[in-house]
Amino acid sequence: MLSRFIRRAPESFLDREQIQAVRAGRRSFLAGAMAAAAGTMATQQALAQGGNDPAIMNLPAHSKGLGQPVAASGYGQPSEWEKNLQRRQSPGLTRVPQSSVSFAPLQGLFGIITPSGLHFERHHQGWWDIDPSKHRLMINGSDETMLKRPAVFSMDELMRLPSTSRMHFIECGANTGMEWGNVAVPTVQYTHGMLSCSEFTGVPLRTLLEMCGADLKRAKFVLAEGADGSGMTRTIPMSMVLDGQVLVAYGQNGEMLRPENGYPLRLVVPGVQGVSWVKYLRRIELGDMPYATKDESIHYVDLLPDGTHRQYTSIQEVKSVITSPSGGQVLLEKGFHTLTGLAWSGRGKVKRVDVSADGGKNWKPARLEGPVLSKCLTRFNADFVWDGKPAFFQSRAVDETGQIQPTYAELRKVRASRSIYHNNAIQSWALTENGEVGNVQLS
Amino acid sequence: MFSYLKSALVLAGFCFVGAASAAGPAEKFPGIGRAATPAEVRAWDIDVRPDFKGLPKGQGSVRQGEVVWEAQCASCHGTFGESSEIFTPIVGGTSAEDMRAGRVASLLPGANQPQRTTLMKVATLSTLWDYINRAMPWNAPKSLSADEVYAVTAYILNLGNIVPAEFTLSDANIREVQERLPNRKGMTTTHAMWPGRELGGSARPDVQGSSCVRDCKKDVAVKSVLPDYARNAHGQLAEQSRLVGASRGADTSRPSPASLTSKVPPAHAVQAQAAPEKIASKGPTGATGTSAVMPLLQKNACIACHGMDNKIVGPSFREIASKYKDHADALNYLSGKIKAGGQGVWGNIPMPPQALSEADSNRLAQWLVKDF
Repeated sequence: MLSRFIRRAPESFLDREQIQAVRAGRRSFLAGAMAAAAGTMATQQALAQGGNDPAIMNLPAHSKGLGQPVAASGYGQPSEWEKNLQRRQSPGLTRVPQSSVSFAPLQGLFGIITPSGLHFERHHQGWWDIDPSKHRLMINGSDETMLKRPAVFSMDELMRLPSTSRMHFIECGANTGMEWGNVAVPTVQYTHGMLSCSEFTGVPLRTLLEMCGADLKRAKFVLAEGADGSGMTRTIPMSMVLDGQVLVAYGQNGEMLRPENGYPLRLVVPGVQGVSWVKYLRRIELGDMPYATKDESIHYVDLLPDGTHRQYTSIQEVKSVITSPSGGQVLLEKGFHTLTGLAWSGRGKVKRVDVSADGGKNWKPARLEGPVLSKCLTRFNADFVWDGKPAFFQSRAVDETGQIQPTYAELRKVRASRSIYHNNAIQSWALTENGEVGNVQLS
Repeated sequence: MFSYLKSALVLAGFCFVGAASAAGPAEKFPGIGRAATPAEVRAWDIDVRPDFKGLPKGQGSVRQGEVVWEAQCASCHGTFGESSEIFTPIVGGTSAEDMRAGRVASLLPGANQPQRTTLMKVATLSTLWDYINRAMPWNAPKSLSADEVYAVTAYILNLGNIVPAEFTLSDANIREVQERLPNRKGMTTTHAMWPGRELGGSARPDVQGSSCVRDCKKDVAVKSVLPDYARNAHGQLAEQSRLVGASRGADTSRPSPASLTSKVPPAHAVQAQAAPEKIASKGPTGATGTSAVMPLLQKNACIACHGMDNKIVGPSFREIASKYKDHADALNYLSGKIKAGGQGVWGNIPMPPQALSEADSNRLAQWLVKDF
């Protein structure tokens, strides 16, 4: 009876491929942008003539038809209109895609949590989707006295232990590394996109060490090792294990870790650079000396002007960036705008963020939006009324230890410009009269 | 009855946990974790420390290393470890004087050294051995025997003139060779970026910004901008920003506003960026045929050396496809070539023979000829 009143959706008459083709056509950028521009223009013309907005006057299909059913997609996806926000590679940065980086689209993110599918990636020898029933975590000592009972844990067992959930940022030590010497990339995605923030769920490593009878006085260092081909290894600071900060984590933003982020198990080392958050974690070893692994003696060493390299640099120091307006964006209108951005510190909470619209001559405090958590991204906002004149936007963060984010001049004075790692300088964006924003470095 | 049972259970549980706590943390979580067997620990505990703890007994000569190198390493790293095509070079930039001093002079500012090589940086020989042992060859890690790892390490050291051509590296003499590493004194841990004081670092950061808020500087000059030729190097930015909100992505197919390029940085200071492929180009798994063979390409590590549309070590699959698709015998030729490897058709970097079944090589050849 009811079927008499329900018209068959046109999709029923198209096969799967044709539907794809239609969708692809509708989604193509130019078509979308032109349609949007045409819509805006029609509205403006109508309003200018004292008329009414056709977007209001002409009821759209979604107001007059039947929408889609529940569970149309078993795992929901972002709107078709959001396809532009993707994690992307920087062309020419690396030469093989399995040893490479994809950057998170910070220019389009709100709040402090990074959607798991947009989390930045850094792989050294490709990523894997590991069968969790076959994954093991081994804990042993560099000798018999470090640990009474070398042990093996399955995922089933680890997930029975009391867990904790905490929100933390993760930043690659090489984030902003391309910009040490000069402007090299156009947008905040590429300048700062090796940065993400999630809620992680797992077990404090200390709990597992105690279960194994670890000698936490003799053991001064922890080695974490991954199960993937690169066998990633890093020396982890014992002080952070002892105070319960370091987690053996399986959860990320309410679900299991994504394969690209270490499914089924990774280490969480809050405030410390991403390489130490070993993915596909298979082994923890306790020892009495640091390990000088490949990623702390050949890679991830910071070159100083005197020709020495800093080894075991770990803490991500206080840093911030305005994510919008930012490089590669064009402001549509004059008038009121919000400067919005992210601030973080590997040493604790963000205490204050100042913003400047004149290239650092004068600063005013930004609003810190809650929550403000330790070793977590903090969202800041500031009001800005654009009068159509050029401006230079900057942000400067201060953390609870009193460390203040430096300018490029302040940073290079000490570390010169060949360090590759740990560039936490103040970022500048130039707003031009036509509304376009570009990446610049200022005196 | 019910309440009696319940309190008995609670009591039993309490006693159990209480007793366990006294016995130690392991019993606090009964039934979780088991003892690792000595064989299991041996199988996974492969790390080698700077004091060479963990180093297995064994030996390998420079000559033996050369054989392994040519077969399994040279295609990425170059015959002499000098190649920068895939990874940063391993060998170069060190001198006999560096070996005496333990510091590499070409790391100093102004040295005419284009790239930092592995031998310029590495301060501990254990690191090099451990690196090769755990992560190399890049597409088949943990496949070398301990003796082969010694041999490859010896070969690299010989390329860097650290050991002579007749040298055999072993667990007995590796400490002596450590004392010849060019950058063995080149590392410092006296910084504030390690939490804790056990490395001799400081608590005070080396860089501090300014807290000035008013009239902090007189002039603002633009020191560096993105040059116009790099404007579109990351693709069409209009397609990388949201379609709703305060802004849109800039249309980078059109020139920059003059005010964004008014400051032209010195050409040498600008990182050269490869021209991007068209943003809308088909992704690597765009074709149905490609997604069908992707597991095969991954399993055999083909994609470590061949890109879909770009040259990596070897030619792109697209180049191969377009070169051979009209040849009458393309299927047989490519299937044979995949299995046998070769050198010279696409340049000097050899393709090693591939151990895959005839059916699989046929399938890949079919894909190249028919599906591209």
